[in-house]
Amino acid sequence: MTVRQIALPVLLVAVLAVLPFFASGTLLNFLVSALIIALGAQGWNLLAGFGGQLSFGHAAFFGTGAYVTAILQIRFGINAWAGMAAGIAIGAAVGWVIGFLSFRARLRGSYFALVTLAFAEVLRILANAAEFTGGAAGLLIRLQPGFGNMQFPDRGVFLWLVLACILLVLLLTAWIERSRFGAHLVAVRENEDAARALGVDVLATKLRAITLSAAITAAAGCLYAQNFLYLDANIAYGTWISVEVLIAAIIGGLGTVLGPVVGALALHGVGEVAKIAGGQITGIDLVIFGAVLILSVAFVPSGLMGLRRLVKGGRP
Amino acid sequence: MSLLVVQGISKRFGGLLAVDAASLTVPQGAITGLIGPNGAGKTTLFALISGFLEPTAGSVTFDGTDVTREAPHLRARRGIARTFQIVQPFAGLSVRDNIAVGAYLRHSSRVEALARSEAVAREVGLAPMLDGPAAALTVAGRKRLELARALATEPRLLLLDEVLAGLNPSEVRDILPVIRRIRDSGVTILMIEHVMQAVMNLCDQVYVLSQGRMIAEGEPRAVCADPRVIEAYLGHGAAARIQEAHGA
Repeated sequence: MTVRQIALPVLLVAVLAVLPFFASGTLLNFLVSALIIALGAQGWNLLAGFGGQLSFGHAAFFGTGAYVTAILQIRFGINAWAGMAAGIAIGAAVGWVIGFLSFRARLRGSYFALVTLAFAEVLRILANAAEFTGGAAGLLIRLQPGFGNMQFPDRGVFLWLVLACILLVLLLTAWIERSRFGAHLVAVRENEDAARALGVDVLATKLRAITLSAAITAAAGCLYAQNFLYLDANIAYGTWISVEVLIAAIIGGLGTVLGPVVGALALHGVGEVAKIAGGQITGIDLVIFGAVLILSVAFVPSGLMGLRRLVKGGRP
Repeated sequence: MSLLVVQGISKRFGGLLAVDAASLTVPQGAITGLIGPNGAGKTTLFALISGFLEPTAGSVTFDGTDVTREAPHLRARRGIARTFQIVQPFAGLSVRDNIAVGAYLRHSSRVEALARSEAVAREVGLAPMLDGPAAALTVAGRKRLELARALATEPRLLLLDEVLAGLNPSEVRDILPVIRRIRDSGVTILMIEHVMQAVMNLCDQVYVLSQGRMIAEGEPRAVCADPRVIEAYLGHGAAARIQEAHGA
C-alpha cells in the first residue's frame, strides 16, 4: 500500500472521529446509523463492486451477524465482543454456503441476485417463526452499560467503535485493490472466460469474495444490534438493508475504496433532510433514496468517487 | 519430443459431431498450424485442448500428463495459454492491468506482475498503449492484447486462435516477426490461421481439419497441394479441375 492510497481513508475517518467532541446527540445518532450502513455497503461493494456479483440478499449476512450477537448475549450470557466475533464468523460461513451453492451452479447476473434474495427471505421467514430467535416479537438486549456489554454511556465511544471497523475495512479494501486477489476479482467481473484462460480459479475467487463480503456485512449487523439493542426478523433480515447497502455503494462509486462510506453518508444525509422537510410523510426518505439512485445511475454511473475524478479532469 | 498429444478426440453437441476422432501432435519448440474451412471444428478443438469443453471421447496429453478432465485454470498453471478468436479484453481495465492479470499467474507481488506486464507489452508492441483503457484499442491492438495476456502467463504451449484475422496486410507483416520471436524464446505454438501467407511463413507442420475430421498433415507446401485439402475448401472435383487447368 502506498501512503497516497491510505491518506484519504485515514483523513476521512479522522475527521469523523473528532466530531463527538462538539457534535450534538442527534448528529451522533445520525452518524452511527449511517456508518453502520456504510460498513454493510463496504461488504457489498467488495463482492459486487470489485467482483461483479450483484447480490440482492446481503440482509442474510447482516441479519445473521445481528442475531448471533444478540442470541449469544441473551440466551447464553456471552460477552458482547465474543458475540460479535462469533456473529462475524457465522455470517462469513453463511456467505460461503450461499456462494458455494450458487456459484457452483454457475449462477450469474440477475439469477445470482434472485437466489441471494431468496436466501435472505427464507432466513427472514425462519427467524420470524422460530422461538429461538424470539419469533415475531423480536429480541431485546438488556440495557446494561459497560465495556463488556459493548454499551457505552457516551455515544461518541460507540461511534469510534464503528469508525474503527470502517477504517479496518478501508485499509483491507485498499490492500485488496492492489493485490493478486484483487486483480483476479476484477478480472472475474470483467470477463470470466478470459480470467479462466489466464489461470484464475474463478470459483475460488468468488467464494473468497463472498465470504469476506459476508463477514464485513455481518459485522455491520452486530453493531446494529448493539446500537439499537433490539431486533426482529423484518429489521435484521429485511429487504431494506439489502437495498440500502446496494444503493449506498452504487451512489458512492462501485469498486472504489471510499465509495461505500461516502455514498452512505450522502444518502443518509439526503434522507434526513427529506425527513425534516417532508415532515409527516412516512417513507419520504425511501422515495428520495430511489430518486437519488436513478439520478446517480443516469448521470454519474461511476458514483460520487467517479464525480471526483471527473472534476479533476480524468476519465469518469 | 512432443509437448502436446491429442488422441482420437471427439466432441458431440446433440446431433452435431463437431470434432470427430481428431488426433494431432505438437512437437516441442515448433510452430504447428491448424487450418480448415469455416465450421471445421478448429475452435472447438482448441477449447478441448485448453479445457473449456470436455470431450465426448479421446484424450489430451500435455508433457506426458493426461489433462483430459482438468479445468482450464489448472491447465493454464501447467503452461497452456490460449487466445480467443473473438477477443475477450477486460474492457474496464487499462492495457497494463489486463496483461498483469496474466502475469499474476507466476508472480504474486504487484510490482513484479506490473513489471512483467510492461516487458510483455514491449515484446508485442503495445508499450505506447499501456496506460490507455483496453476498450480504446483498435482490432489489431486487441489481437495484440490477447497475445500479450497469454504470453504474460509464461506458457510452454501457446494456442493462438486466429490472431491475424481482421488485420490488414501491413499489420500482418508487423506481427509475424513477433510470433517468430515468441517461438525463438522457447514457447511452443499451435495456431489456427486462415491467412495462408502466415501459415506458409511460420509453420513447420500443418494439420487440416474438415467437418470435424483430420484429413491431412505435413509440411505447409505439401499440404496445400494435397487434393483432399483442395476439395475440402473448394468442393468435390475441384482438385481434378485445377490439375486439368494447369495441364492445359
